[in-house]
Amino acid sequence: MNSSPNFIGAMIPAKPETNFVLRCADNAMILGQRLSEMCGHAPELELDLALTNISLDLIGQAGLLYDHVQTLEKLAPNADVLALTRDQNAYLNCLLVAQPNVDFAHIVLRQYLFSTFQKRQYEALLSSSDETLAAIAEKSLKEIAYHIRFAKDWVLRLGDGTEDSHERMADALDCLWRYSGELFEKDSVLAAAIDAGLLTDFTDKYEAWQIEVVALLAEATLTPPDDTHMLKGGYQGHQEDHLGHILTDMQYMQLKYPSLQW
Amino acid sequence: MQSDNWFLYEVFIRSKNGMAHKHAGSVHAQDAETAILSARDLYTRRGEASSLWIIRSKDIIASDPAESGELYDPADDKIYRHPTFYSVPDGVKNM
Amino acid sequence: MYSTDLRTDAEKRRAQKADAKRSVEDAAFLDAFQARIDAGDIIEAKDIMPEGYRKTLVRQISQHAHSEIVGMLPEGNWVTRAPTLRRKLILLAKIQDEAGHGLYLYSAAETLGRSRDDMVADLLSGKAKYSTIFTYPTPTWADMGTIGWLVDGAAITNQIPLCRCSFGPYARAMVRVCKEESFHQRQGYEIVTTLAQGTPEQKQMAQESLDRIWWPSLMMFGPPDGASAHSSQNMKWKIKRHSNDELRQRFIDTTVPQAEFLGLKIPDPDLKWNEERGRYDFGDIDWSEMWAVIKGGGICGKARIRARKAAHKEGEWVRAAAAAYAQKRNSEKAA
Repeated sequence: MNSSPNFIGAMIPAKPETNFVLRCADNAMILGQRLSEMCGHAPELELDLALTNISLDLIGQAGLLYDHVQTLEKLAPNADVLALTRDQNAYLNCLLVAQPNVDFAHIVLRQYLFSTFQKRQYEALLSSSDETLAAIAEKSLKEIAYHIRFAKDWVLRLGDGTEDSHERMADALDCLWRYSGELFEKDSVLAAAIDAGLLTDFTDKYEAWQIEVVALLAEATLTPPDDTHMLKGGYQGHQEDHLGHILTDMQYMQLKYPSLQW
Repeated sequence: MQSDNWFLYEVFIRSKNGMAHKHAGSVHAQDAETAILSARDLYTRRGEASSLWIIRSKDIIASDPAESGELYDPADDKIYRHPTFYSVPDGVKNM
Repeated sequence: MYSTDLRTDAEKRRAQKADAKRSVEDAAFLDAFQARIDAGDIIEAKDIMPEGYRKTLVRQISQHAHSEIVGMLPEGNWVTRAPTLRRKLILLAKIQDEAGHGLYLYSAAETLGRSRDDMVADLLSGKAKYSTIFTYPTPTWADMGTIGWLVDGAAITNQIPLCRCSFGPYARAMVRVCKEESFHQRQGYEIVTTLAQGTPEQKQMAQESLDRIWWPSLMMFGPPDGASAHSSQNMKWKIKRHSNDELRQRFIDTTVPQAEFLGLKIPDPDLKWNEERGRYDFGDIDWSEMWAVIKGGGICGKARIRARKAAHKEGEWVRAAAAAYAQKRNSEKAA
């Protein structure tokens, strides 16, 4: 166990409010990191720019949120140490955002499911008792609206495009749908954050979200699998193996050269 | 498969309200919606726009440079269209 | 900034007919074109131009575009490993700019009648070249600094005169590119500065990176004037405004004091200020290395093209789907 103050390790926040903000930060960070893997490798140059834009938005959101976590509970000497030195199971992102960039179908479906959820979650922050958080949500919602527009268009195009693209989308849906249940789950941390006035309860939007998403998928000639066993646990730090490999890259410099300025 | 069936669109940007749209460049896209999004990603990364126009490049009708003599030269000697052609007596203001 | 090849079919046919009649572009035609250039005229895409001028521009602009696109890869190597969130955002934005600049340039080249598909096909088949600098590996984070400082610095030195190139669409693309790239060199120098003022380990990382990238960055200006195949005609046509050697010298003169400021040592024992010339003298460049990279592809050459091929291949089904979807929507509208 590294005892350096520049290493967070297994520590997680004590307060539910901080825990919730850290979840939001990790969601944005890990998805931003995933999308940044595509930089220079997207299937078309125009899409390279688009995916990088979304990645920039998300990592920007993560930065604001990590800074805010630090003001709520000073967990690390600075936000970079907080973002980049925790153990795998101290990351509190939902499982969906760490899913790999299997192909462009997986990328756009992951984005669509996440961004439509994130919109509802951030709308619930607009009237937060925490003004900084409300301001971050307000700024981010404009970015999220664009992410939804981009992802939605491509879900339609790929779902209702060629036979090949349809099959790829069906595969993506088969893989990713099982991570959608976690997005709206109300565990004790979220319940406490809601009680504290940090956000309104967005989990009751789950059904409306499902109706909207299923309708869009239907327009894209896609149907979610029946009776899916929903996978959960990311918000409690029970991460899948994917995250470990993301962190290997993401934490490389901070762990190899602790305490240095870059 | 080639992307030949991606069309070329010309992009025009209005930097802020009150200004005219100005030609910025072109993008490849398969439909108008994608063209708008691509133009936004490509030409407005630094907040350059308050409005975007796009048009299929093939729909632009351009004059022929070989005809520029007959089209534009006749205007060159109509100097009486310009205010500097006229002399205004000293002491006359606001004209 | 540019417009596409807006010639109507009739104009294209007429140009072809005119070309055929001139089967050999006669002296009068070439002289008249040269007179336009000499008078400072800007040539636009629809103008009649010598085939050599058109070909040279397509080659140069598309090579420039390819370099932007391939140039995303060495820096992309560190995006997922950037040491802080701020550095990650800056690096991502910079690489994204390069994709944008590639697109501006492909568009400028397309005004000359060559499709982006064809140009990309030439890159992937190895027929078209790109800047040799991007075949070098980027083993440390310091390389992200050195690339911004030296490689973007050299690129800017090359590109500023191109803003006054005689071909309008290229010149306008360069104006936009230069404006956007002004932050690229600064962010690189900022990284190197942080390292040079950091721990001994960081300073060594910066020096080692400079040692590796210095000479290849000098090669970015191309072969010496005597050995350059295209230089003099391109200068006459004002596609190029300054010789390779002149631009290289300018780059060295501006960069050496920047290295000295940081306490870093340029890896050239012959480098010294020449009071009489008011410029730096520098050691011989090992041109055999540059020619070897051009012919053989350099250390990462194969990997760079493989990465571009993989992205292009992944794009095939995406483009096909988008086209099929658009077609369905169009036929719905028509029905």
